[in-house]
This record gives sequence, C-alpha cells and structure tokens, in this order.
Amino acid sequence: MSEEVVQPESFAFDAESEAQIEKILKRYPPGKQASAVIPLLYVVQRQMKRVTGSAWVPVKGMDAVAARLGMAPMRVYEVGTFYFMFNMKPIGTYHLQICGTTPCWLRGSDEVLRACKDAAHVSGYGQTSEDGMFTLSEVECMGACVNAPMLCVDDDYYEDLDYESTVKLIEALRRGERPKPGSVIGRQTSAPEGGPLTLTDVPGE
Amino acid sequence: MAKVTVDGIEVEVPNGVSVLQACEAAGKEIPRFCYHERLSVAGNCRMCLVEVEKAPKPIASCAYPVADGMKVFTDSEMVRRGRRGVMEFLLINHPLDCPICDQGGECDLQDQAMAYGLDRSRYMEEKRAVKDKYMGPLVKTIMTRCIQCTRCVRFATEVAGVPELGATNRGENMEIGTYVEKALTTELSGNLIDICPVGALTSRPYAFVSRPWELRKTDSIDVLDATGTNIRVDTRSGEVLRILPRTNDDVNEEWMADRGRFAFDGLKRRRLDRPWIRKNGKLQPASWAEAFAAIAAKLKGVPGEKIGAVAGPLVDAEAALALRDLMAALGSRNLECRTDGAAVDASRRDFYTFNTGIAGIEEADALLIIGANPRIEAPVINARIRKRAVAGGFPIGFVGPRGLDLTYGHDWLGEGGVTLRALAAGTHRFNELLRVAKKPMLILGRGALARADGEAVLAAAWKIAAGNNMLQPEWHGFNLLHHFGGQVAPLDLGFTGGLAVGLEVLWLLGAEPPALPEGAFVIYQGHHGEAAAGRADVILPGAAYTEKDATWVNTEGRVQHGRLAVYPPGEAREDWKILRALSELLGHRLPYDTLDALRAKLAEANPVFAGHGFVPHGCADTSGPTGDPTAVSDAPFALAVTNYWQADPISRASATMAECARVYGAPQARLAAE
Repeated sequence: MSEEVVQPESFAFDAESEAQIEKILKRYPPGKQASAVIPLLYVVQRQMKRVTGSAWVPVKGMDAVAARLGMAPMRVYEVGTFYFMFNMKPIGTYHLQICGTTPCWLRGSDEVLRACKDAAHVSGYGQTSEDGMFTLSEVECMGACVNAPMLCVDDDYYEDLDYESTVKLIEALRRGERPKPGSVIGRQTSAPEGGPLTLTDVPGE
Repeated sequence: MAKVTVDGIEVEVPNGVSVLQACEAAGKEIPRFCYHERLSVAGNCRMCLVEVEKAPKPIASCAYPVADGMKVFTDSEMVRRGRRGVMEFLLINHPLDCPICDQGGECDLQDQAMAYGLDRSRYMEEKRAVKDKYMGPLVKTIMTRCIQCTRCVRFATEVAGVPELGATNRGENMEIGTYVEKALTTELSGNLIDICPVGALTSRPYAFVSRPWELRKTDSIDVLDATGTNIRVDTRSGEVLRILPRTNDDVNEEWMADRGRFAFDGLKRRRLDRPWIRKNGKLQPASWAEAFAAIAAKLKGVPGEKIGAVAGPLVDAEAALALRDLMAALGSRNLECRTDGAAVDASRRDFYTFNTGIAGIEEADALLIIGANPRIEAPVINARIRKRAVAGGFPIGFVGPRGLDLTYGHDWLGEGGVTLRALAAGTHRFNELLRVAKKPMLILGRGALARADGEAVLAAAWKIAAGNNMLQPEWHGFNLLHHFGGQVAPLDLGFTGGLAVGLEVLWLLGAEPPALPEGAFVIYQGHHGEAAAGRADVILPGAAYTEKDATWVNTEGRVQHGRLAVYPPGEAREDWKILRALSELLGHRLPYDTLDALRAKLAEANPVFAGHGFVPHGCADTSGPTGDPTAVSDAPFALAVTNYWQADPISRASATMAECARVYGAPQARLAAE
C-alpha cells in the first residue's frame, strides 16, 4: 500500500450510490451478494469522483463495500488492488488511459502518448499533471483495435487519434468541454474509413 | 475406490482423493510448497508436477483427482524437467540469503532446491524486492523471500478464522500482507511460521538465535493452557530456545497456541533458583539444608489438622501425589487445588473433564457453550470447533458476554443465570435444536463455576446435558473446559478436601490462593515468585514444565508425559524430589525413590495414570453432581481469562508476552471497542 496516500477518515455511500447499489444487488441471488464486489467498487470510485472530483477507491470505501456485502475487508482489498481499473490513490480530474497493446501501438499510440505528455503536461505513465487535471495510465487492449489508436478518458473512448487530434481533445477537456466520444475522424462506429463498403444495398429492393 | 499405479506400484485409494495423496499412499514423496493437508488446495506453486499416462502435459498432482486405472510417473524425465523449470522460476525472485535466513536448515525451498535446483542462475534481470510487513510482535516478515504459496492466507482464513491476510496487487507486484498495517488478531499466529515453506514468515523472538542442527529436541507437553498440546522443546546449552508443536491428530492436529509457543522466555526470568527463608521479617537466601531444617522445626508440634496444602494450576501429577502423600503422613486432610474458587466436583471423573474429547468435537452436531471463551481459553480447541462449524450443520449456542468474536458464528442466547435456568428447564428455544441433534455437546467454562453459585451452575449444566440427549451410553456430551495443564491431575488425585480454618502451616505448590490465612507459616514451592512467594516464610525452588519428567492431564483427562528438556536453574529441583527428600527429614519417608516407583504409586492412586492417552467413553451414569440446578443466580457469566497473553506465572514473566499484551491490549477491551 502506498504510504504517501492520504486516506479519508470515513466513507459513507450517498443517496445516489445507495440507489445504484440497490439495483446492483438485485442481480445476484440471496447469499451470493459477494459477487457484487466489483460493481460496488465502481460505485465507490464514481462517488469519489462526484464528491471529490477524483475517481479513486479509498480504504474506507473498500471497508464500506465489505460491510455491505458481508465480506472480510481483506477480500475486498484483494479484488480492489488486483484490477487496475480501480485507482488506489487519488488521480487527476481526467484519467487518460492510453492503449499500448500491439494494434494501437502499430497504428501510432506512441504519438498519442507524446501528445498527452505535451498537451496535458504529464511526465509519464502513472503521473499526474501539476495542475491536477490529468493522470496518465497505460492500459492493455480495450477492444477498440479496429479504430486504433485509442485513448480512453474516464469512461469514454476516443478513437482514430493522431498527435494533433489528441492535443485538440486534451485542450477541449481542459476547457471543461466533453467532445463526443467515438472516432475523431467521423468514422461510423467500426465501419471502414469513408463509410460502409458492404451491406450497402438491401437485397430484394 | 480407485486403482492407481504409481511408478509401477499399484495402490487403491478412495475416489476423489488427489493424485498427490495417491502417490503418498504408494510411498512416493512429492515435492510441494503450496499444498498442505490441513488447508484447502490452491495449486499455485506447481512444484508437485507428475506425469500421467496419456496426458499431454505434466499435471499438478495436488489439484488433480485420481481416476481408476490411472498410471502416474513421479520420476520420469518430463517430471524432472518440469520440476526443475518450476524451481528455476521460484528462484528467480527468491533472494540468495540463506546464510542469514532463519529458515536455513529447515527450509522446504532449500531442501527441494537441492533436488531440483540448477547449480547456476540464467537470470540476469533485476530481482524484485518487497517491503516487509508488520504482522505483530510474534511473526517477523521478510517478504522478499515469499514465494506466494498462500499457505498463510489460507491458514488465517480457514483455520484461525481471521481473514486478515491476503494477496494484494497482481502479477509481479503481488504481495502477501494485511494491506492496512495491523497485528494479526489471532492467538494462533505462531502457526504461520510453521506452515511458511520459506523464510518469509519467521519467529520474531527466535530471530538470529540458532540453527536447527544445533538444537537438542525434547518431546513434551504444553501446560500453559488445558489443551495438552504436544510440543517439542528445542534447547541449546541448557536454555530453551523455542517450542514447536508436534502432530497429534487427537489433540492439537499440528497447531499450537501462541502463549504456549512464545511464553518460554518467562522460564528464564523471575525464577526462584535457590531456597529462601524469612528471617527477622525479610526473605534471605538459604541452603536446602537450612530450608528443610526450618520447615522441620516449624512442623514439629503442629497437629496434622492445622497443616494445609494447595496445588496450583501448573502442577504435575507426580508433585501433586508426593505432596498429597506427605500431607497424609503428617495427618492432614486439608488439600485444595481449586485456587480460582471453581466449584469443580471431583467425585466423578466425567464431572470435571472434557468427555467428548477434542477430536470428538468433529462428530458432534450441536454445541452449547456456557460461560467460556474457548478462543482465548484454549485457542487450539477453538480451532477444532471452528473446523466443525465450517463443515456446516452445527448450531452453536452461547451463554455469556455478548458480542464475542469466537471466529465462527454463534447464536447468543443470553448473558447468564436466567438463560441457563431456562435451558435446564428445557423451555429455551435452543433446547429444540439440541433435542433434534444426535450427538449434542456442551462446553462449560471453568470460569463459570468460580462464583458463589458455582455448584448450582455445574448442576444446571449437567441437567442440560442429561435433558438434551447429551448423555448417551455411546456419547458423552458434557465437557468442562479447564484453563491450565495442571488443573486436572490434582483432581484425579483427590486433592480436593478443602481447607479448614485456622491453619498454622500452609504449603503452596505453585499456588496463588486469593487469600492466605493470617499468621500462618507459608511454604512456597514453585518456579516463579509472585505474590504468594513474597508472602512465604520458606521458599523451595521447583522446576517448570520443561524441566522435569512429568505426567500431565489435559482437560479431556488425557494422560500424557512430558520430558525433561533442560535442568532447573540454580539450585531448583524437580518438585517430587524436593518432597521426597523433605519427607525423610520429617520422619515420614515417602515410599518412592525413582520416577518409576512414583509412577507405580500414581497408577495405584488412580488407575487412569496406569494408562496413557484418552479413551473415548459414553456416559453410563446420568445422575448429576450435588447442587441445585434451580439455584443459579441471575448474575451474568464473567469470563475467567481476560488477558490471554499473561494468564499464568510463566507468561507473566515473559517479555514477549508483555509485548503482546501491550500490542493487543486486553482482548475483551479490544472486542468491546470494535
């Protein structure tokens, strides 16, 4: 555990989280509530984002999940620290997650990384910019290979990036805007660039 | 049953056992790190690879069930190559610090590296280093040595019932620890040291003390709780350096409680190592001859009925018999061993023993605990109860303080007398559960008898047993849980006449009675000087449990023999020999000169001492002890042992236990705060 992290004194689910938890717990049969540990950790992380502006999971939050699900706190710590989707220390307002897996890398994720470093003023992976706006992470394949390279900002995918479009995206984020997620070159979902090539006609017409 | 051929040896094993167990049945040793027969199977170290005919790859034998007709090869080229590869991977991040590692010489990794390790490393990259974790004053951690077998995680979760250890982070960053730094809240933490196959978890008090091959190993019995844990005392040059459990499936399996394991440094401190005589109001060192002369002079002219003897909780059967015989020769019938005031009825053996047996707990199907906290009174027995509770179908009712963490779920029925009377009358809701059970049992804490209405509590508990199908010809579900290993033997020897008032001479054999008669001449014989020794007129230095060949009776009534591991310090002597020597001077020579002769007398005094061990028994006579079951007062049951770490003179003298008491605080206070 990182010692330098200042943990909050307490954590309690707010009304919005409670509503989400109620919905989540209904998905699992009685006695199997512990299965909800990952969704509930997301609830904690989102609540932290709402309340403090930084999406992370404090120890007290994991304790709250453990208490809610009747698990030993240690079992929640194990899950929470295992998955890199849960941030164990405070992060910046925007979490820039660059996919560095082979398809994205071949299609130029290094340029996206360079753009992030330049525009967001982050020194490298795992770092947060001095203004506290951006935290940079390298992630494994997010499943958007067709539109590689990609950058995931919090929960939104931005695809078909290059250096310029990444810089533009980050500057928009800095201004508080939230550009429309998806392909930045106007690609329709995962269709070929310039529009669909197959299934363009409807048979029988 | 499945027929399995292991290296050409055909064995028949039950269906569902693992290939590893089949190999063991065939006498083949399989190397392993993560597999432990008393824990769940993890299958993550991969050291136990074997080849199975028609299987394309080597398989992890610990996690693979046998099939009929299976042909297993434990020493083929594929197996050897596989294990060598696994070993190479394990050693990638394992430091080469064996010369400074406390596990050296008894390390599974070291031993198996001798068989499967390469003689050089091909690894040129950086090794990983892991920050050491704090796990309390008993367990020292050097986490870089950890090979992540997760035995400790499984032990803490499954056996100790404190799921505080876990594996955090992932991949190369995976670490074993508590995540949030804290001392493990278990009385069984020492076992983590035993089950750790490498030097990641080692004993903090034993750190850098000795190498295993320097130690002389003596089999003995732990007496610091009433479990009767089988132990091995490791000594070097007349000093106890550590105590480890021995495997005995009927008693402690292979576990041991922390107090018994770590309190031994108290054997070296605050010892009575020479006789003392009070002269002019001050205790002054004396020789044995002077001490005996002073006693002889005092006893001359004191009528037998003015002499009394009290046996303490850590007294061996030999000493108790010798003192009893000496008192009989002097004409005294003032004997007492229940210094805590517990109204134990010694008239019949099953009134004061743990009749179900510790192993018998696993057969029981309902449990009622009255006025005991087995977790701190007998942690190993508590682990057995937990084992049974985890298996399911085991309702547990508890009468005593509310909110105790026994490491298993229990149904809190009430605080004291009111609930007990209802249970005895058969009107409590828990009676329903007991009545439908086939083998119900109850555990009565000795502490519950140490109150004014103790006799009535005992009678009520017996009545609950009798009225709820616990006393059957083939099943005895009435159990008294004692606190120390020397509490049953004096009861077996009838050390229970009670003390008359106005005693002129009082002999304390390691006893610390709550009040001493005014003006009496007090002889204190024992190994640690506490309040009673300070008040004594003559002090005779005795031997502690590691320093004598002695017979111990645990709470079950199991007779076991401990052996002398080190000689008593200074001029201290074995207790029965002191009594035997003095008896000659007093003109009442005790009729035994050797241990064998004394043991023959023991067997004469009570036939149980002729045997050894514990005989499972039913209840032939359901008539209860004297006492009125309805006379139980409303008072709640207070727990007898509140400070687990410092419950007896040896642990009170121990620096390790003092540190534990400081870190953990009184367990009761901790539970209340949580």
